[in-house]
Amino acid sequence: MYVLSAILSLTLLGLFLGLLLGIAAKYLKVESSPIVDELESLMPGSQCGQCGFPGCRPAAEALAEGKAPATICPPGGSALAEQIAALLGLDLDLSEVKEPELLVARVSEDTCTGCTRCFKVCPTDAIVGAPKQIHAVVADACIACKKCIEVCPTECLQMHPIEVTLRNWRWTKPALPVTGNAVC
Amino acid sequence: MLSFFSKPSIRGGVYAEEHKAATAAQAIVNSFPLPKKLYIPLQQHVGKPAEPVIKVGEKVLKGQLLAYSQGMISAPVHAPSSGIILDVNDYPAPHPSALPIRTIVLETDGKDEWMAIQAIDDPFQLTPEDISLRVGAAGIVGLGGATFPTAVKLNMGRENHIDTLIINGAECEPYLSCDDRLMQERAGQIIDGVRLMLHGMETENAVVAIEDNKPQAYLAMQAAAKPYPLIKVMQIPTRYPMGWDRQLIRYVTGKEVPVGCRSSEIGVTIHNVGTAHAVHNAIRHGQPLLSRVITVAGGAVKRPVNVEVPFGTLISELFDFCEVNSEATARIIMGGPMMGDSLPNTSLPTVKATSGILALTQSELKNTDEQPCIRCASCVSVCPAGLRPLDMANNIRINQLDTAVDLGLKDCISCGCCSYICPSNIPLVQYFKYASGEVMARQQAQHKSEQTKRLMDARNARMERIAQQQREDELARIAAKAERERLKAEQSALV
Amino acid sequence: MISYMKPSSGAHVGAKASVSHIMWQVMLAITPATAFGLLCFGWPALNLFIITVLSAVFFEVLCIRLRGKIAKPVIMDGSAALTGWLLAMTLPPWAPWWLGVAGSGLAIILGKQVYGGLGQNLFNPAMLARVALLISFPIEMTTWANVSPLFFSHSPGLAESWRITFSGLDNLDASTGATTLGFIKTEFSQNRLLPDILKDYSGFLDFMGGTRGSLGETSTLLLGLGGVWLIRQNIIQWQIPVSLLLTVALLAAAFHVMDTRHYVSPLLHLNSGALMCVAFFIATDYVTSPNTPAGQLVFGAGCGLLIFVIRTWGAYPEGAGFAVLLMNAATPLIDHYIRPRIYGRDRKGKPLEIPKS
Repeated sequence: MYVLSAILSLTLLGLFLGLLLGIAAKYLKVESSPIVDELESLMPGSQCGQCGFPGCRPAAEALAEGKAPATICPPGGSALAEQIAALLGLDLDLSEVKEPELLVARVSEDTCTGCTRCFKVCPTDAIVGAPKQIHAVVADACIACKKCIEVCPTECLQMHPIEVTLRNWRWTKPALPVTGNAVC
Repeated sequence: MLSFFSKPSIRGGVYAEEHKAATAAQAIVNSFPLPKKLYIPLQQHVGKPAEPVIKVGEKVLKGQLLAYSQGMISAPVHAPSSGIILDVNDYPAPHPSALPIRTIVLETDGKDEWMAIQAIDDPFQLTPEDISLRVGAAGIVGLGGATFPTAVKLNMGRENHIDTLIINGAECEPYLSCDDRLMQERAGQIIDGVRLMLHGMETENAVVAIEDNKPQAYLAMQAAAKPYPLIKVMQIPTRYPMGWDRQLIRYVTGKEVPVGCRSSEIGVTIHNVGTAHAVHNAIRHGQPLLSRVITVAGGAVKRPVNVEVPFGTLISELFDFCEVNSEATARIIMGGPMMGDSLPNTSLPTVKATSGILALTQSELKNTDEQPCIRCASCVSVCPAGLRPLDMANNIRINQLDTAVDLGLKDCISCGCCSYICPSNIPLVQYFKYASGEVMARQQAQHKSEQTKRLMDARNARMERIAQQQREDELARIAAKAERERLKAEQSALV
Repeated sequence: MISYMKPSSGAHVGAKASVSHIMWQVMLAITPATAFGLLCFGWPALNLFIITVLSAVFFEVLCIRLRGKIAKPVIMDGSAALTGWLLAMTLPPWAPWWLGVAGSGLAIILGKQVYGGLGQNLFNPAMLARVALLISFPIEMTTWANVSPLFFSHSPGLAESWRITFSGLDNLDASTGATTLGFIKTEFSQNRLLPDILKDYSGFLDFMGGTRGSLGETSTLLLGLGGVWLIRQNIIQWQIPVSLLLTVALLAAAFHVMDTRHYVSPLLHLNSGALMCVAFFIATDYVTSPNTPAGQLVFGAGCGLLIFVIRTWGAYPEGAGFAVLLMNAATPLIDHYIRPRIYGRDRKGKPLEIPKS
């Protein structure tokens, strides 16, 4: 008898509390749109489409709805993934994230015909030039979106890795100790 | 000056094995054979690189200007000997990465022929501004290793009306003894340089601080400073990093330099003894900075010496001169073993910052067998900056760079005390250097992404404007057409 | 010829100390007190000591092998042996073998390896094991053997010691009794007062270590000497022992002066129980104590306060284990709030102001 009453009372209690939570979730729902703006502001904003979404805003919406992982943005690398995970309170597995290889577009002066197509598509106005003149890329403004590569009729635009110089050389992170790691 | 009587506390630091005896007992060697080729980098200082004024194939004399200083913070470069310019191009820099740096290659002709120089009879007749100008034109930078242009520092001292000039003769790095020998052998010239700097900064008090492991240098400097009561020579305890400028300032004056401020803002300026010596040469004799005394030491060096070499001398030639056993060399270090960086090979030039070149054997190096941190907090107690290296490193290991910054990453001076003392052989300093670089890279990335957004907004606005313009033009055209047709209709109606 | 070398950062030279060096120094420092304890309590104590240390090493090997790593370099750092050693010092000297094995298992597995091994644990492994044993096996953990030195006629011989260790004591009352602190606590419950309780007490004997108590905790003199030597060797810092002992002594003195019949004198406090051992060798454990000098002072004072409170008003006669564990739990908090002042900044981390002069 005691056992039955205990089971009964606890079941009722559980049902009641569950109902309360359900009602609360329905009526006290907070519109979560500000988070989308916040996410979008974190993202590179180049609308490059490498994530598979048509731009940064749709990707941010997918993130906010939990339909995309924090590691969605390849150009953002692990730094962005960490920021997104912190904002959304997600657990993060960085083992799959590749650090983005930093690229920059460069014009080969031999084959450029001065067709102006590339600088018309450049989203950041990083390509300068005039019709029938050889164009040039302002490396600091290039975001490596590769749109210019697609439209170039002579393949004179190529992506190159950013050169390591004394200015941007960095110390590497020390490797974790390997003492006693092998199985014996 | 009350602080002379009360003993200020020294925070943190380590007693590192000195290894100075081998070189400190011998006189500076002046007989280094002039190298056939000198590789003179255009940036041997903090600030903008110098801009060459010579052409390839041109003949230059010793002391002639090779490259002028560009901008406010920069320093010129002069020909260390006479000869012909072979090349101006990219050559490996004396840096752990050995990445290329713009370098002038000078083929010496062996004559070592000076350009015409005028000595000054009484430099104290010069205006202080003139002293700064001459120091700047001589290419003098801080020879303690920071390589900040000395003229800029003299100007800041003058503008801030400093009350004390501290001359740093601590030389706290193990192995190095070039400043020690310089003070022993050229005390008079150094004190003269100090007086000239005081004149250049329009101030009177100077304190020469020398670690108490250099009693002979102390006596020599004291004797040289005797005629000048306002130049005090004091002994300071031997404890690395006593030569860290801010530590020395606190010890000598009792004042602490606030974060983000220069020491001149609290009325103190600090210069190295080598710099004072270079100032003497530049002002008294009109000689630009062409060479310096370098300590060559370490277990793999058969003939460890202090030797005066012209800038641009390849380390390999220095090693041949000192009979370095390359088989036994496990690591080559530029500077001291605490703060110096390793060099990947010996075909790199010596520069103004090179206070020493060490060839260390494996047994001298710190064990790299890394073990787990046992939180012994030795690193906390030795940190002269008051940081907690273990917590910082733990956060960096799991990529929590923001937390590391909160813990004071930016206040780390990379002095190496924590790495030195760590019983678990954790490469703490490398963690901090990595993290500082990464934080900077992230800031740059952040900056670039903001800039990208600005550029894109500007472009979108422009596109919008163009489209708007086109729409308006279209409307105008339609309106004009309608007008024309109306007129036509009216005319035809009239007809 | 010198081939290409990869970039490495300073410091390129280093101090000679290593983790194993530190562990061996600590072991050296506790050797006199342990040896004295073994001498006082004879063969059964030696059996227990060896079993505890060996089983600690065994559990360490087991855990490391389970993680698929090579055990030898980890064992060589000496930390597991030291944990076992410290645990053995805090056990009743004639405790049965399984108490030592269970204690070592608790210390190494639950106290250390589940957190990730050396340097990761929140609580001191030896104290965790001691407290767990005290709660689980209160009888065995409070059966204190009489002092019966090696080679004395009435002391158990080698053969008898095996029986004591492996099948327990036959005649409890003849060869055991209470510790000083335990005795005082029981006598207080009989409404006796201190001058009456302590009429046979010899402070000198307690100081030297010739009293009932844990295996290695009885000799105040030898523990103190070992601790001072460790401080001189720069292995431990003075902050924790000094603040801990001072707190206990001051509190005890204050209460003793107020009421000498109910509150024990500070000297007796310092002389008895685990106080000396804890102050010098347990509370100073690097891993579980704060890492700034000021934090260590707070930690030591906290331990001292809790020890005094538990001893004086608690249900247990000795509270050192509980006190250390409680303060261990507070260590991250202490480290969070007590930070050294960074050069050029004030305590809050703001840059100093430029002095106007």
